[in-house]
Amino acid sequence: MSWAAPDDIFFSTSLAAYLDKKLLVLLRDGRKLMGLLRSFDQFANAVIEEAYERVIVGDLYCDIPLGLYIIRGENVVLIGELDVEKEELPAQMVQVSEAEIKKAQKAEKEEMLLKGLMRKRMEFLDLDKLAILFEDREVAELYKVIMCVCVCV
Amino acid sequence: MLFFSYFKDLVGQEVTVELKNDLAIRGTLHSVDQYLNIKLENTRVVDQDKFPHMLSVRNCFIRGSVVRYVQLPPDGVDVDLLHDAARREARGA
Repeated sequence: MSWAAPDDIFFSTSLAAYLDKKLLVLLRDGRKLMGLLRSFDQFANAVIEEAYERVIVGDLYCDIPLGLYIIRGENVVLIGELDVEKEELPAQMVQVSEAEIKKAQKAEKEEMLLKGLMRKRMEFLDLDKLAILFEDREVAELYKVIMCVCVCV
Repeated sequence: MLFFSYFKDLVGQEVTVELKNDLAIRGTLHSVDQYLNIKLENTRVVDQDKFPHMLSVRNCFIRGSVVRYVQLPPDGVDVDLLHDAARREARGA
């Protein structure tokens, strides 16, 4: 891999244009890391200095400091250059402590699990089969609604 | 090589890149490389409310391996040219 000439960095896809800039790195597991890009290679492995993880749950967010990070390129989704003149987050978002955001994350995870569980229960009520049973689609739909309500309660 | 050459010709056009994590980003195609990594300029996220962290990102580098679709303007594609190029590649391969 040859070194890019000073002008090449503006036209190529190399990360050289992002060196020493504050970046947002999105990872495949959904995490958002932010920090200064110090080094990279052809696999998009990256060295991020003063890294912190920005955790967002609804309108709450928290920046958890991480220090010096080496990220393996296969986990990188996107590397974005943050515009220093623009607001990084919408105005209504509130910064909270690490403990608070971890609590909010847990609550959100439990809500997702519950939603998934309820959806699975409702899926087994096959509308077409019920329509044949009742010989009337409207009655079948009504039956399904009543059963869903009973399952949720 | 075919799509790398094709994207090189598309540099400067407005495209929407949809990623495997369902994030869709609209921007001007700045550059592409042999891995089909994409650099976009003037980016804005399609569903901004769902991705608040992307608010101040104006340029980004997208790793080729995470792209699901690249949506192009219908008149940005010369389908016949692509068709011929594909046939040529197939014959050569």
